[in-house]
Amino acid sequence: MKLTKTAIRTAVGLALGLGAAATLAYAQSAKDDPVAEYRAMFGDDNPAELWQSRGKDLWEQPRGPKNVALAAVCDLGLGKGVVKGAYAQLPRYFKDSDKVEDLDSRLLTCMVRDQGLDRDTLLAHRFGDGDNKSDIEALAAYIADQSRGMPIKVALTHPKEKQAYALGKALFYYRAGTHDFGCSTCHSQEGKRIRLQQLPDLAAADGAKEAMTTWPAYRVSQGEVRTLEWRLGDCFRQQRLPEMIYASEVPIALTLFLAKNAEGGVMAAPGLKR
Amino acid sequence: MKRLMIAVVPLLLAAATPMLLAAGKDTAAAKPAAKPAAPAKAGKPDRNALAYQAMLRSFKPHGQAGMDRLKQDYTQAECSLYAPDDPPPAIVRKLMERNQAAIRYPADGKYLGDWKQGEKIAQDGFGKQYSDDPNVPSGGNCYACHQLAKDEVAYGTLGPSLYNYGKLRGQSEAILKYTWGKIYDTKGMMVCSNMPRFGHMGILTEQQIRDVMALLFDPDSPVNQ
Ligand code: HEC
Ligand code: HEC
Repeated sequence: MKLTKTAIRTAVGLALGLGAAATLAYAQSAKDDPVAEYRAMFGDDNPAELWQSRGKDLWEQPRGPKNVALAAVCDLGLGKGVVKGAYAQLPRYFKDSDKVEDLDSRLLTCMVRDQGLDRDTLLAHRFGDGDNKSDIEALAAYIADQSRGMPIKVALTHPKEKQAYALGKALFYYRAGTHDFGCSTCHSQEGKRIRLQQLPDLAAADGAKEAMTTWPAYRVSQGEVRTLEWRLGDCFRQQRLPEMIYASEVPIALTLFLAKNAEGGVMAAPGLKR
Repeated sequence: MKRLMIAVVPLLLAAATPMLLAAGKDTAAAKPAAKPAAPAKAGKPDRNALAYQAMLRSFKPHGQAGMDRLKQDYTQAECSLYAPDDPPPAIVRKLMERNQAAIRYPADGKYLGDWKQGEKIAQDGFGKQYSDDPNVPSGGNCYACHQLAKDEVAYGTLGPSLYNYGKLRGQSEAILKYTWGKIYDTKGMMVCSNMPRFGHMGILTEQQIRDVMALLFDPDSPVNQ
């Protein structure tokens, strides 16, 4: 795949009027369909491949004060260093941290505990922006790609997994804030949209599968790969709530709830999104 | 989703009565929800409390959005607790009463403002997010959920089409009042509606509501072309 970062930026710029639409989830104009325009220019090439190859290096190279590779020490649930199929079975309970973890949270655990990297620095760079690159997003792109073609499977056997699922469901229907919105306001009916943006019915299997099999995703409007944690945080912003803390209990529980709804869906991430 | 549509609208309009509160009560009492009531709150784990406690640990204040936004009011709590089903009839009645009582009609009896301002407010998705400047007035973002003017094709479908709203319904006192109530606090009629309570929650000012009212009713408004 021969896409350069410059070519991508140009495409994004053309499609979006140079980033104007970056955060305007609501204010999309009629003609904007950057994903379609992008495809017209680049076909099905997904720039996420650039993130994947950087992520592969980050996974395999010894790094951090402890100078070890994640490939040697990091257990994503299927054993140390095993990436194949691991993402399709997240979130899950991890004995070593005594927590249910999603991919973002688990990567943080491994990078901080096993490699000795600084948590605050990693968090400060959690969302990449041009030259300020996110290692977590690159790793997530690589790891997700390694589950391509595999069905989503969440165990829900450990009591903490069951608790997290119950919490995720409660959160999904929890309405609050100035607009009375909950996830269910925008995501519990089929075939609805806000402005022109389609809203998957995440309480139903089809909608949940569509969403959960395609994140992390390359966001054409941002020129970056984003993980589901970013997506959830931005939906909470639209819900008019305060700021969701990255890798905290709430996004992990919601992700588990959504993954269970999406069980059996065949992984096709990283996806390509508006 | 199989939400029951508990609407007092047809009855209200047929009777052309301004007595929203009474009409609401009658309807709710006369036509209890067709499905069995959800299990009583007691004995059932309070999933609102579960969510709220976790959210207190998982959010931080940002800009205008403080942690107080996480706390539910009565309407939000009851509409969350039974979702995706409706609350039991007794609670539906209470919710209607409270939200009908919350509606403030314009003191001077003037329902209609300037449709051109109204169109701007309907287009404007700005407001109340932590990324928004709290000193700039919020928009109504009606197009996010409704079709309005025919020329605007980028409209959402969470709510019904409002195209030709005034043309189809006329401008009787009853319909003006009904529509004002819908925008001010729709939960007085459709208890767990997905539409925000623009007046009650202070999203739009009285004048802004007049302006979007004019967008719906003014014969010159693009909504009625
Ligand atoms: C006010 C509306 C609104 C609310 C409330 C909302 N979302 Fe969203 N959500 C959107 C929109 C709009 C999109 C699509 C954005 C786009 O096209 O870029 C979206 C996209 C998503 C996606 C990705 C779907 C896909 O297939 O790519 C997920 C997952 C999601 N939301 C989950 C949630 C969860 C969980 C909540 C509650 C915490 C929530 N949303 C609350 C509007 C909302
Ligand atoms: C987040 C979605 C949403 C937004 C934003 C929204 N609405 Fe609604 N609206 C709905 C839904 C859903 C209904 C149907 C349920 C109900 O009546 O409450 C509705 C119903 C209505 C009705 C009643 C229609 C009828 O036939 O009786 C009117 C009038 C209305 N909306 C006006 C507005 C105006 C004006 C705005 C902007 C200031 C607005 N809405 C913004 C979702 C929304």
